[in-house]
Amino acid sequence: MANEVQRAARGNGVAKSSDEPLVRLDQAGLRRGGRWLVRGVDLSVSPGEIVTLIGPNGSGKSTTARMALGIDRPNEGSAMRARGLKIGYVPQKLSIDWTLPLDVERFMRLTAPLDTEKMMAALDETGIAHLRKAEMRHLSGGEFQRALLARAIAREPDLLVLDEPVQGVDFSGEVALYELIGKVRNRLHCGVLLISHDLHIVMAATDSVICLNGHVCCRGTPAVVAESNVYQELFGNRAARTLAVYEHHHDHTHLADGRVRHADGTVTEHCHPDDGHHEHHEQDDRTHDGHARGAAKERHDV
Amino acid sequence: MFETFFTRALIAGVGVALVAGPLGCFIVWRRLAYFGDTLSHSALLGVALAFLFQINFSLSVFAVCAVVSMALLALRQRSSLSSDALLGLLAHSALALGLVGLAFMTWVRIDLMGFLFGDILAVSWTDIAIIYGGGAAVIAVLAFIWRPLFAATVNRELALAEGGNPARTDVVFMLAMAVVIAIAMKIVGVLLITALLIIPAATARKFSSGPEQMALIAAAVGAVAVVVGLFGSLQWDTPSGPSIVVAALVLFVVSLAPVGGIGKRSPASDEGA
Repeated sequence: MANEVQRAARGNGVAKSSDEPLVRLDQAGLRRGGRWLVRGVDLSVSPGEIVTLIGPNGSGKSTTARMALGIDRPNEGSAMRARGLKIGYVPQKLSIDWTLPLDVERFMRLTAPLDTEKMMAALDETGIAHLRKAEMRHLSGGEFQRALLARAIAREPDLLVLDEPVQGVDFSGEVALYELIGKVRNRLHCGVLLISHDLHIVMAATDSVICLNGHVCCRGTPAVVAESNVYQELFGNRAARTLAVYEHHHDHTHLADGRVRHADGTVTEHCHPDDGHHEHHEQDDRTHDGHARGAAKERHDV
Repeated sequence: MFETFFTRALIAGVGVALVAGPLGCFIVWRRLAYFGDTLSHSALLGVALAFLFQINFSLSVFAVCAVVSMALLALRQRSSLSSDALLGLLAHSALALGLVGLAFMTWVRIDLMGFLFGDILAVSWTDIAIIYGGGAAVIAVLAFIWRPLFAATVNRELALAEGGNPARTDVVFMLAMAVVIAIAMKIVGVLLITALLIIPAATARKFSSGPEQMALIAAAVGAVAVVVGLFGSLQWDTPSGPSIVVAALVLFVVSLAPVGGIGKRSPASDEGA
């Protein structure tokens, strides 16, 4: 019952009004090998909106992104994309085999032609202009991520889908890349679907955070921490403006054996279908000291 | 100055090598060597069918290869099947079926060695027309689907997410491969076609900094191998098909020599991820 519907766009190209989402998942679920990787996901990304997905390993973040991208068709629910949608995608994993001669410049032109000026601008923005002739497989982890991001933004997409774009990038680089993603969003007014590798720290510019663990556990907005002295000390001034803390509000806990403990103390094999669908949390739930220290400790542990 | 049969052999062999180079690069990049083996071995089935129904060899071989490649493509999408073992099984089964089928047709007297190892010295001007016609078609198609095919080779999901249609380019690529096997069979035979596809591409890798460059160099290496191999076979009276493959192998080994690599590797950061 996979019903993948391409929504008819009004007029030509992609509808740019912010009330029309670029991509929308409606109770989407994907089943593989008799197991639900993720199900019941509601998600939409509108132009200019940044949506961050967080969750532990295997929680279905990438699967959700793949359904949004149309790589996998949902087995239940639906995935809709605006017609003519131009997507820039940074996959979580991309390995370049040694048999493939591929330098950064050719990689930038992988899926579509690109004029040199735009290419250089994107490489400059991501800080790897000096590597344009380097072979992709000789790049370090951080440089590779920058090349992936440069390629995705050089396309000037309507929707950026970034699967852990800052993995392997050092902390100050991470802050710089998040700043860049925010800048690109403002310049292109594109939607951004971002998968974070961190459970608690997200981009401050994120409009909405969705926490997944096989289903939507909770969703909300990140707490603004720029004013908090604790974070300024911890992250530094610049980072505290770029990063934000997301406080989870779960009414259930996922146990190590895959079972679920609910707020009332009962333990079940699976989540209740109505678990964790808090539409919005109180946004004025700003960081008071207790939360701040808790999150700071998490950061050290990671 | 040469016998005309030798001139025809040179023209035909170079024509096949020019197409096999670029196509072979994709076979190397996509790890389709076994796939190519399976496909080319099934060409012998095509030969048997051509005898049975009295139709053109090239057409019959192309048809059989096209059907087999589509079947393999469909099988490959079921990830549960171990592709390595499956292809090994199919490759040799197809070869054996072709041989048994030909043996049943007792009224047919053919030179089996010619089909297994090629009979380039027997090519006619008609064969050459087929080689260049089919080859030009393959090159044109390959040029047309080059970017999406290469993008899907680097990362299928990335190509799909950004508006490509990898399933469609796969089908087109497989059909192109069926054409090349049909036209290359006469030159090197079903057992050695994969070698003509892979060895020039592998030789070109070391001298290439981009995919397009590698395709061109592979075509050139293949053409040189054909010329050297044919002259070698004339000189030492060795079978022509295997001589071409040996010549390609020699070029590959030479390319491995340390002086061959002209600093294509960037010495910069190689710390890994």
